[in-house]
Amino acid sequence: MAEQYAIEMLNITKRFPGIVANDNITLQLRKGEIHALLGENGAGKSTLMSVLFGLYQPEEGVIKKDGVEVQIKDPNDANALGIGMVHQHFKLVECFSVLDNIILGVEPTNHGFLQKDIARKKVLALSEKYGLKVEPDAKIEDITVGMQQRTEILKMLYRDNEILIFDEPTAVLTPQEITELMQIMKNLAAEGKSILFISHKLAEIMAVSDRCTVLRKGKCIGTVETAKTNIEELSAMMVGRNVNFHVEKKPMTPGNVVLEIDNMTVASKIHKNNAVKNVSLKVRQGEIVCIAGIDGNGQTEFVHGLAGLDPLVSGKIFLEGKDVSKASIRQKSILGMSHIPEDRHKHGLVLDYTLEDNLVLQTYFTDEFTDKLGFLKRDAIRNYAEKIIEEYDVRSGQGPITIARSMSGGNQQKAIVGREIEKAPELLIAVQPTRGLDVGAIEYIHKQLVAQRDAGKAVLLVSLELDEVLDVSDRILVMYEGEIVGEFDPKKTTQEELGLYMAGAKRMEVKA
Amino acid sequence: MRKNIWKTNGMQSLIASLICIILGLLIGLVVLLFINPKGAFGAIGTLLKNFMIYGKASLRLKYFGTTLVKTVPLLLCALSILFSYKVGLFNIGCSGQYTAGCCAALYAALKWGWGWFPCILFAIMAGAVAGAIVGVLKSYCNVNEVISGIMLNWIILYLTNTILSNVKEPTSPYTYQLSQYGKNALLPTLGLDKLFNNNANVTMAVPISILIAIVIMVVLNKTKFGYELKATGYNKNAAKYCGMKENRNIILSLVISGAIAGLGAALYYQTGIQQWECTTASVPGMGFNGIAATFLGGLNPIGTILASYFIQHITLGGAYVDKTMYCSQISDLISAIIIYLCGFVLFLKIMMNKAIDRIEEKKALKNEVSKEGSAK
Ligand SMILES: Nc1ncnc2c1ncn2[C@@H]1O[C@H](COP(=O)(O)OP(=O)(O)OP(=O)(O)O)[C@@H](O)[C@H]1O
Ligand SMILES: [Mg+2]
Repeated sequence: MAEQYAIEMLNITKRFPGIVANDNITLQLRKGEIHALLGENGAGKSTLMSVLFGLYQPEEGVIKKDGVEVQIKDPNDANALGIGMVHQHFKLVECFSVLDNIILGVEPTNHGFLQKDIARKKVLALSEKYGLKVEPDAKIEDITVGMQQRTEILKMLYRDNEILIFDEPTAVLTPQEITELMQIMKNLAAEGKSILFISHKLAEIMAVSDRCTVLRKGKCIGTVETAKTNIEELSAMMVGRNVNFHVEKKPMTPGNVVLEIDNMTVASKIHKNNAVKNVSLKVRQGEIVCIAGIDGNGQTEFVHGLAGLDPLVSGKIFLEGKDVSKASIRQKSILGMSHIPEDRHKHGLVLDYTLEDNLVLQTYFTDEFTDKLGFLKRDAIRNYAEKIIEEYDVRSGQGPITIARSMSGGNQQKAIVGREIEKAPELLIAVQPTRGLDVGAIEYIHKQLVAQRDAGKAVLLVSLELDEVLDVSDRILVMYEGEIVGEFDPKKTTQEELGLYMAGAKRMEVKA
Repeated sequence: MRKNIWKTNGMQSLIASLICIILGLLIGLVVLLFINPKGAFGAIGTLLKNFMIYGKASLRLKYFGTTLVKTVPLLLCALSILFSYKVGLFNIGCSGQYTAGCCAALYAALKWGWGWFPCILFAIMAGAVAGAIVGVLKSYCNVNEVISGIMLNWIILYLTNTILSNVKEPTSPYTYQLSQYGKNALLPTLGLDKLFNNNANVTMAVPISILIAIVIMVVLNKTKFGYELKATGYNKNAAKYCGMKENRNIILSLVISGAIAGLGAALYYQTGIQQWECTTASVPGMGFNGIAATFLGGLNPIGTILASYFIQHITLGGAYVDKTMYCSQISDLISAIIIYLCGFVLFLKIMMNKAIDRIEEKKALKNEVSKEGSAK
């Protein structure tokens, strides 16, 4: 007898204008297994999962559940079949609370009246059981991306689904949270649930999955037993070449101070206390300074305060010696500040604009792209966009005129990174610049960051990923509860030591 | 890759609009059949014919001119709504801004005897100020523009009634005739009146309104300013992130919207075709019909020209419907039904897109199969 699969996707083909996103892909998910899906940015992973979740209809191919062919016309059908999905870009209602979002659509009611208490208990129990820390009453727009992610996972668990799709769940989680999530996934699988798991982090795939299917440019390259393979083989299967996981860089030659922050304090949006407390630091030319820390310790507010998205409570910011504490975002941008934002959909892109229009979001007003009468120079914009697309390998269906919304998550990120670096900044603030990128793209972006530093620019990197922190930066500052609690030389510290400071177990006096 | 012509935005808008119009006419027909089956087809015909019901070509021409004159304010109101809509704002205060423009133009003309050009400028300013109030409330106090717009509509209406009572005929609620007391303010005809069988109401207003539509299209699609406004409309956070002044843009777009509505009023009342009635109890419907025209026009300035004309055409055609068979409100009712259906244009477009996707997929599939076949 043939093996019983929980889900089989057979010969799936899905086309979009200008591109075949899934080309005759077959994926079989065993009961109780964790099946990883790996592939470059734009390989078609999210598309394949969206087909399974009923968001797209494939042109060809069939889906079988427990050996029986099923039709999944929309997410309701998927839900009815017990299929749940955590999307790469969350689908949460911004102005609702965490709790409301989790129970949305399946609210427990009694004679038509909402029974929120019951829901709250169930949510808290789930959150406790799986260690998914959330603030049930905070509004989505006020919480960090990490907590939004946890909300999405709770949403799926709340619906008692048995087939769970995780589209890059770990891209926004901290290492500790990732370890926890992996444990959660293992527990869920042991409970008999079947899991599809997309990640660009090969170590995670090795650690947690039973099997792994690799996609490249819409085609299925193969499915391997994780136990019988290794990271190098996987990455070669995925990118088609060997990837260098370590950043090569020369010793740094720091120059003048580019950014000086003096006792900066920024208010929090969730609680009454300040999110950033009296932070002082300096970033010099030719160095990459990294702010490390667990998500939610004030990094977001710190960057928003620095970039001008949120007002400062107190403190001063100097950019190349000029006081810019009160300067507008545009003034800072012109003075040479570039900012790769944490949330690419909220801040980074105008999703309904074309890719080329998004690529000039920071520079459209300059003489290069606007003539004296205020007309946009369309040709110049097109050329510039094509240059970035080429250099940063931004893949999409229709090139410069692709609507940003239809691009894959990683390619959206590459577009933003390209835009901010091409602006030729004096100070580059990069918040999680490699979030959601495949190993090949990460290698490229890291090289670009180092190239900026070598060209004498200042780079302020905010990252949750310790590998990246240790690999790329020249100096590490650990932020805990809105304060800088430690300064380290990446060559002389370890993940463990950083972890202690990040968790607040230790602290040292740091002078700017 | 060749672009499917059915997939172009303009084509889709056009088809969706046409479907809406036909649906509206059909429903209107059913209503008429229900009320009085005998005259239903005739009535719909009359509605569509408008000035064509006249036998003589000269009369037709004359009333065609009148339809055009009355299209002008509707078009400008529609453009006003369209402009703010691109910034993500729903300028329901357009009626009020239009009224403010009317008040300014007529008062300056009748009380101070101003010439036509200063009158127009004054009306534009009045509309702009009305828009600015909504904009400031929106960006600094986060007051929803729909709420403040509607409330402002009433305030402006009664202010206008009060102010214009100073220049009204002693025995009627109407303001003085411009042709007698405010000749200076009458718009130049540029000889256009001759083209329409000496219809003196046909003035430079008609070409100006079309020019404005074109200017707006260019501003929105080709300029830095339009790029900023649309970015703010699509994603306020991203606009802020990249240093656009979202608050300034919101205010500015409402100021411009108001100015366009104010201009619309000046271009209408300064033809002398209509007087303001100082006992008016609701703001002119222009601003509201403008919403329908905007959507029927597929949110495109050029489409809006056609849509405004169509709506005005059937509204006026309604006046000719046989009053012995139907009560006099019937024409308003039918045009209202059609206008109401115009709101479904966007919905229809989405449905159409889905259908086209399905057809395209099938085609692509066939191509592939035949390619494979020939490869073997
Ligand atoms: N709705 C859509 N319309 C048009 N093209 C789309 C759409 N969704 C995806 N695509 C295209 O299909 C391709 C595959 O996208 P998909 O999101 O599946 O990639 P992915 O493997 O998830 O990549 P990433 O790792 O960057 O998230 C991309 O080139 C993308 O531009
Ligand atoms: Mg994806």
